[in-house]
Amino acid sequence: MSAEHDPAQRVAIGISFGNSYSSIAFTTAEGKAEVIANEDGERQIPSILSYVEGEELHGGQAKSQLVRNAKNTVAYFRDFLGQEFKSIDPTPCHQSAHPVQHESTIAFKIRDTAEDKENEVTVSEITTRHLKRLRSSASNYLGKDVNAAVITVPTNFSNAQKEALNKAAKEAGIEVLQFISEPVAAVLAYDARPEAKMADKIIVVADLGGARSDVAVIASRGGIYTVLATVHDYEVTGLKLDQVLMDHFAKEFLKKHKSAGDPRENDRALAKLRLECEAVKKALSIGTSANFSVESLVGGIDFTATINRTRYDLLGNKLFAAFVRLVTHAVEKAELDPLDISEVIIAGGNANTPKVASALGAAFPESTTILAPSTSATAINPSELSVRGAAIQASLVQEFELEDIEQSTHPMVTVTPHLSHAVGVLCISGEESSGIFHPIIDAETPLPVRRIAIIATPKEGGDVLIKLAEGSRHIKVTKPEPKPKKKSEDDEDDSDEDESDEEEELREKTWKVGKVLSEAAIKGIKKGGKVEVQINIAADLGVNAIFREVGGKGGVRGIIQPPKATQNGSA
Amino acid sequence: MASVQVSLPLPVLPQGWAADRDFKPIGHLSDANDRNIEPVGPHFLAHARRKRHKRTFSEDDRIQAQVNVKKVEDDDEDDISEPEDPLMLQREAKDWKGQDHYAVLGISKYRHRATEDQIKRAHRKKVLKHHPDKKAAAGGTEDDQFFKCIQKATEVLLDPVKRRQFDSVDEAADVEPPTKKETQKGNFYKLWGKVFEAEGRFSNVHPVPKLGNEKSTKEEVENFYDFWYNFDSWRSFEYLDEDVPDDNESRDQKRHVERKNQNARRKKKTEDTARLRKLVDDCLALDERIKKFRQQEHAQKNKRRIEKEAEQKRLAEEAAKAKEEQAKLQAEKEAAEKAEKADAKKAKEAAKNAAKKNKRVVRGAVKEGNYFHGAGDAPASQIDSALHDVDAIITRIDNEELATLTGKLNGKKDAGEIKQILQDEVKRLVGAGKLKEGEMKSLS
Ligand SMILES: Nc1ncnc2c1ncn2[C@@H]1O[C@H](COP(=O)(O)OP(=O)(O)OP(=O)(O)O)[C@@H](O)[C@H]1O
Ligand SMILES: [Mg+2]
Repeated sequence: MSAEHDPAQRVAIGISFGNSYSSIAFTTAEGKAEVIANEDGERQIPSILSYVEGEELHGGQAKSQLVRNAKNTVAYFRDFLGQEFKSIDPTPCHQSAHPVQHESTIAFKIRDTAEDKENEVTVSEITTRHLKRLRSSASNYLGKDVNAAVITVPTNFSNAQKEALNKAAKEAGIEVLQFISEPVAAVLAYDARPEAKMADKIIVVADLGGARSDVAVIASRGGIYTVLATVHDYEVTGLKLDQVLMDHFAKEFLKKHKSAGDPRENDRALAKLRLECEAVKKALSIGTSANFSVESLVGGIDFTATINRTRYDLLGNKLFAAFVRLVTHAVEKAELDPLDISEVIIAGGNANTPKVASALGAAFPESTTILAPSTSATAINPSELSVRGAAIQASLVQEFELEDIEQSTHPMVTVTPHLSHAVGVLCISGEESSGIFHPIIDAETPLPVRRIAIIATPKEGGDVLIKLAEGSRHIKVTKPEPKPKKKSEDDEDDSDEDESDEEEELREKTWKVGKVLSEAAIKGIKKGGKVEVQINIAADLGVNAIFREVGGKGGVRGIIQPPKATQNGSA
Repeated sequence: MASVQVSLPLPVLPQGWAADRDFKPIGHLSDANDRNIEPVGPHFLAHARRKRHKRTFSEDDRIQAQVNVKKVEDDDEDDISEPEDPLMLQREAKDWKGQDHYAVLGISKYRHRATEDQIKRAHRKKVLKHHPDKKAAAGGTEDDQFFKCIQKATEVLLDPVKRRQFDSVDEAADVEPPTKKETQKGNFYKLWGKVFEAEGRFSNVHPVPKLGNEKSTKEEVENFYDFWYNFDSWRSFEYLDEDVPDDNESRDQKRHVERKNQNARRKKKTEDTARLRKLVDDCLALDERIKKFRQQEHAQKNKRRIEKEAEQKRLAEEAAKAKEEQAKLQAEKEAAEKAEKADAKKAKEAAKNAAKKNKRVVRGAVKEGNYFHGAGDAPASQIDSALHDVDAIITRIDNEELATLTGKLNGKKDAGEIKQILQDEVKRLVGAGKLKEGEMKSLS
């Protein structure tokens, strides 16, 4: 075994590698993820390389080359890895080196050496160079030679893409311990916080990045994550939001300097415009107004202007609404209702924009927690979610042999039966005499599973019936009663009520009792006593349940056969 | 995991509930869904450890594992692929109004039914294929006309308002109504069903009722035609507007075109309403079910009439019969009564005669008894008083008593005997209160 594959010799980090930005992070001895800044102090490092007379610039330095040296600057290349030329969208590269077909892969024609000649540098090679720079920044920071990493990728990254990335990483001296998906990394970043409480919940990760947006609906059950649905979009993007601002400032500029020409029609002016607009957009995430200032935008004219946040919110309205639609579409795709969603984690750089969070918040009920900087003081920086998750995962797997990790992540291990319905108990409540369903184990919980419930009993105690059943979630919609028209004489008294005129329909989550699974009795419960129900469901859907009075002696044990065993009878 | 706390109480055990060891299995869990769990986080590690515990998986197991897993990512190769018409690829973007936006995106088989998601995916696919950079790379020109057509198509189709305007005039989604001949070949439901399915795309009201088939009920059919005769359509015709000149043209000119457009829209809308009405008329006229229902109704009505008539006839016959019966009975009764009357008269006569006879016998007996005078001729006074007494008796007794008395007197010759009998009769009559003691002159 070579030294770099020896788990004992590993120095592993987490890497998030986006089309727009990349980040690196490590996990401290205390188990806390920390994001590493590069030599220029950047934690969101632009995924950009630029070549100036043979010198390679990286990150923010490379990004500023987009103005003067766009042809030799490579950006937005991650999604090209492992793809054929015919299946890529080159649009994001319009203001940098254009991708070209190179044998069966993709390359950029750039002058990357001191010589005066263009080379076709493949996307794999570019990726290797980019990862090398990330690795060296991390090594410098940690004072140790980083040689392994967990890298995050989108949920729809194909095997070919992962394969290509794996190879490129290897070339960069990085052993990829595991690829994990970006939204799951985000969930892990939250769950790994010491204050996190484990609970069964459905989480939506809504990622509004630079060149794409991705939504994932994830069931979290006892700390195990299952992706239920995803949506990907390449039109609702941070670049488009930049464009909205570019159009706005270009028009402002033209109003003042009609004869100078449209800055969008000049490559260099366009590049300046784009860089400044992205900066303005970021500034509007913190401040309620921001300055736009570019020296010599077109024809030597310096241009400054200001914009307030409300204006930006309005300009970007269509895109924000489209993003919300993507998210609700993902929830529909998972055959769920917004009421089923406990948390929405807004990820990606544009999650910093308050309007993104408020627009999403409006699409979910109040019971849904929106995790974004503007809605939650304890929210994790949305640009760092992926990399933190990756760093945590790296710390979890770094001492395993690679083969071991591969075995454990194989479908043989990951493919798991999930409950199709919730399993719970029938209780009584005021209105319903027939009993109402209370879930103990939610649908989409992977098997095997064990859950315990503590259930109240009638005031006087006595003998109780415990009915286990399946339940399905039902959304009850109550239309508001049409408000009686106010008499005119009342008008002055309640003029302030008028604003809340449009009453919304009331939507509630209720349960429908499905198949009854079993009945059990606990007798002689003392006054105010409680019953503990423990349900174990095996992978074959066999149920083993234990019922007992809390603090009482003995108990009742029952077994429900798996469905198939009884169908086949003696077989 | 923390335990689940349930604050609603459990129900009381029903009377008579019993089970072996207090547990009764009833049903089984529904089938599970196979899904991939994410190999991430500390809890997954525990899962993997349990699952792999002392196990090595065979190659077969490994292949099998993925087979039934629920898909989360959309397949790239799917329903959105259509051959591209070379003529379409040469379109100019400026003629975007005339292009078939659905065909440009390769979703012409879906048209108005295409979902937002499908349109987006179709757009993505076309962008990847027709991006001008790629044409340039392939040695072609920097021709981006068709790419612009793609962008325009997407812009229109992803904007709900613009899409409706386009869908309103999307003739490719129309289904021409079949001719009478075609209909009569027996394909009425299939052919006309498609027509209305296509027309239904303009409906503000949902669900849109279907034409149905020969088994549809009368109510369904009536409902269908009612719906179409009162069709509430969102179809509008601004997509066919003439371009309004830019502001540098004269304002009058501009207003003129606008007014023209307004009128044209209104006219087209009216025409469309008329067209639809005619369509429904035509369909209705050819709809065999309408005839069938009418016939059935007719038959039903006829049946009812015949039944009614038969009933009336039956009732009349019954009435006549009853009347006849009544008359017969009446006649019989009358006859009987008559006979009875005659009999009674006869009997009365007989009785009268008998009484007369009896009276004669009684009187005779008085004479035989020598007027109660013993021996010798009875003086006239004695005769008188005796006859007076006999007459008194005769007038006081009824015919039956008379007959009895007569019976007693019949054949008696002895005066004493006769007197005794009559005296007994007097005594009886006095006892019955029919005679008074002192009334008798010779028989006391
Ligand atoms: N503070 C901020 N406020 C608003 N927008 C921001 C902020 N920081 C970054 N962004 C925007 O977020 C986008 C980059 O997001 P992110 O770093 O998640 O992208 P990525 O994952 O690298 O890219 P991609 O999603 O294209 O692969 C850019 O559009 C950037 O302008
Ligand atoms: Mg991203």
